[in-house]
Parts: sequence; C-alpha cells; structure tokens
Amino acid sequence: MRRAVLVGTGSSALVVALLALKPHQIPGPDTSAARSPVPSPTSTGASTGTSAGMGTYTGDPVDTRYGTVQVAVTVTDGRITAVKVIQAPDQNGRDQQISSQALPQLTQEAIKAQSAHIDAVSGASYTSQGYAQSLQSALDQAHV
Amino acid sequence: MSDTTAGLRHVEHVMGSVFSFDIRDEPTPAVRRALDEAVHHLHRIDEVFSTYRPDSCISRLGRGEIRREDCPSEVLEVLFLCAHAARVSDGWFSIVPEGTLDPSGLVKGWAVEAASRILHEAGAHDTCVNGGGDIQIRGRAAPATPWRIGVAHPLRPGELVTVVTAHDDLAVATSGTAERGAHIVDPFTGRPATALASLTLVGPRLTLTDTYATAAFARGDGARDWLEGLHGYEALAVTPDGGEWRTTGFHRYGS
Repeated sequence: MRRAVLVGTGSSALVVALLALKPHQIPGPDTSAARSPVPSPTSTGASTGTSAGMGTYTGDPVDTRYGTVQVAVTVTDGRITAVKVIQAPDQNGRDQQISSQALPQLTQEAIKAQSAHIDAVSGASYTSQGYAQSLQSALDQAHV
Repeated sequence: MSDTTAGLRHVEHVMGSVFSFDIRDEPTPAVRRALDEAVHHLHRIDEVFSTYRPDSCISRLGRGEIRREDCPSEVLEVLFLCAHAARVSDGWFSIVPEGTLDPSGLVKGWAVEAASRILHEAGAHDTCVNGGGDIQIRGRAAPATPWRIGVAHPLRPGELVTVVTAHDDLAVATSGTAERGAHIVDPFTGRPATALASLTLVGPRLTLTDTYATAAFARGDGARDWLEGLHGYEALAVTPDGGEWRTTGFHRYGS
C-alpha cells in the first residue's frame, strides 16, 4: 500500500515536469539558452531540429517535494514522440526501484495526456491529498 | 495550442477539496475582483453548509437547534433544490443519505455553478471551474476552440476513459469510488453503492448534473434506463469489471 502511494507521488512529479514543458518547448526549434537541444546518445543528437516542430528539448529542472525531476522530450511533427528522464529522485535504492517502475509508465501517460490536449479532468471527487496526485493538479501547475 | 498566457488561473483549497479556476478572458480588474469574490463565496458556503463544522448552520439545523427561517436564504434554496432532485431521481438522491441532514451531494456542484456565474457576470465568458473533479464550463477555450475535458478512468489511474468536447456551456460531473472509496450510499439500504466504478454525466448546469450523477451512481443497474429518459443529460458509466456503457446521445460530446 505504501509503495503504491509512493509510486503515485513520483508519477505526479514527473507529469508536472512534463506538462511544464508544454507551453514553452513544444512550438519548435526556437531554443533559448536555457533550453537547448539535447545531445542525446539515443537519437540523432544536436543536429535534430532541422525542420519545424522537430527536435529534442530539455526542460528546466523542476524541484518537487520528492527531489528534482528533469526531462527531455523529442518532438516530431509538433507532437511529443518520446520522453527521456534526465534527472529523477534517486537518493537510495528504494527510490531507484520506484522510479524504474513509475517513470516509464508515467512517460506513456504524459504522452497520452499531451496528445489529448485536455483543459481539465473530471473524475470522482478528490480530497486535497488526492488532488496533489491528480492530472488536474499537473495541468494547474503547468500554467499557474 | 491556444495561447493561454492572457488568462487567469487560480487554485483554492476549500470544502475539503480543491477548486481550479481557468479563465481565458482578458484578466481585467473586474475579472480579478470577480475571482476574489467567487473564492470568498466558496468559503462562505463552506461555513454555512459544512457537516464537518458542528457550529455550521446546516449542522445546527440538523440537530434541531435552529429552524429553517433562522438560516441564510441560501439554505432554503439548497433544501428546495435537494427536494427537487430527490423527486426527479425517485428518491435515489437523498438529503439524509445516512440518516442525518447532509446536502453535501448537491452543495459542491451548486457552489461551482455559483462561482462560474459570478465570473460570467463580471465579463469572464470563457471559463472552466473545476470543483474536485466536477466541472462547469462556459464559452470556449479559445476562439473557435471548444473546451476539452478528460474523464479519468476509475480503474486505471492516469488514463482517460474519453474526452468530452464542450461546444457550448456545459457541466461535467463524475461520481465514483476511485478517490474516496465506496462513499456513496444506497439511500434505500444504507449500504455503499458498488454496481458501478464511475458514472460521468454531462448536462447544462452543474448543480443538478452533479446531483443526478450521484443519484445515478447510487441507483447502479437501473441508472441507464432512468438517464435515457432524463432530457438534456447524457452519461458514460464504467463498471467494476472495466465494462462501459453510454446513453444514446453521449456521442455528441465524446467517443
């Protein structure tokens, strides 16, 4: 049970980090000093971004209660096609174990949420605690 | 993506939940004042209607310490709306769900609708107010761009069942067990309703949409036939085994 909760909070932090990218990095290869293309060993590196809406971009590190999260996204034809976690809470083995399970799963979820272009989320009534882990919370934090 | 930088957002923790305001209109001084007023209104409603506060008007009324006439006019309005909802839902919505006076099932949606109206009267016509997962939308997300509301999957956290597209003012309410367990009781047996995992209802205004969603969730297996006969409302339900059903007109809002 405790483990499930921890996975949930780690997941939430990642979604926040991903959604925080949305308004700034997605539009294209217009990169500022703070957000340069990532020389990613698994993609074509810094020479991506050759056409509009293409490229790999690094988000600013986001400090969460659980540690710092930083991600890079690959954009193809204006849509996120891959997410790479550059920095995640990994202070001990347990954190690593949790991250290894939660991050791939949440990466997929964040991609889906981004693809859906949603403005808000309707769901069973959440408490303040439930809100902290909700997609609505991620949407709010990405814009507030 | 629409340019949302000109709008105004606010998150308020109140009524044991969280209210998210997403205003896409120009944040004029009048709109900012209306947001303050709407937030203040939510806290005032909480003071009057909270069943967690022994000194609230609704708690004192429930204990018989005061009469209806001693309460603010909002209490009479809410009691009237509850009676209406109980009648329309054949008693599946109850103002005494667990034996004591508790209009909470109606008050939150009513509070969201009131907040939305305060903004509208101040000139904010393109707004989304989300009260703990129950939403009142007005206008559009951007010119020619409808609001898009994800419906959380009750069995697969982080996933969506569908996306509701709002081409005009619309309310979206979801009742379910995903966040707080089986907390909606069958008013006829007093036991938790468990026939559905979640039920999402779309309708014109949130007060009754939210209330009918709660009633339909409590009703369980019989909810589909009841909702088919309810003019102006459409539903999507997810069953505990992951099955889904929709009322015949739901496709106008989402897949």
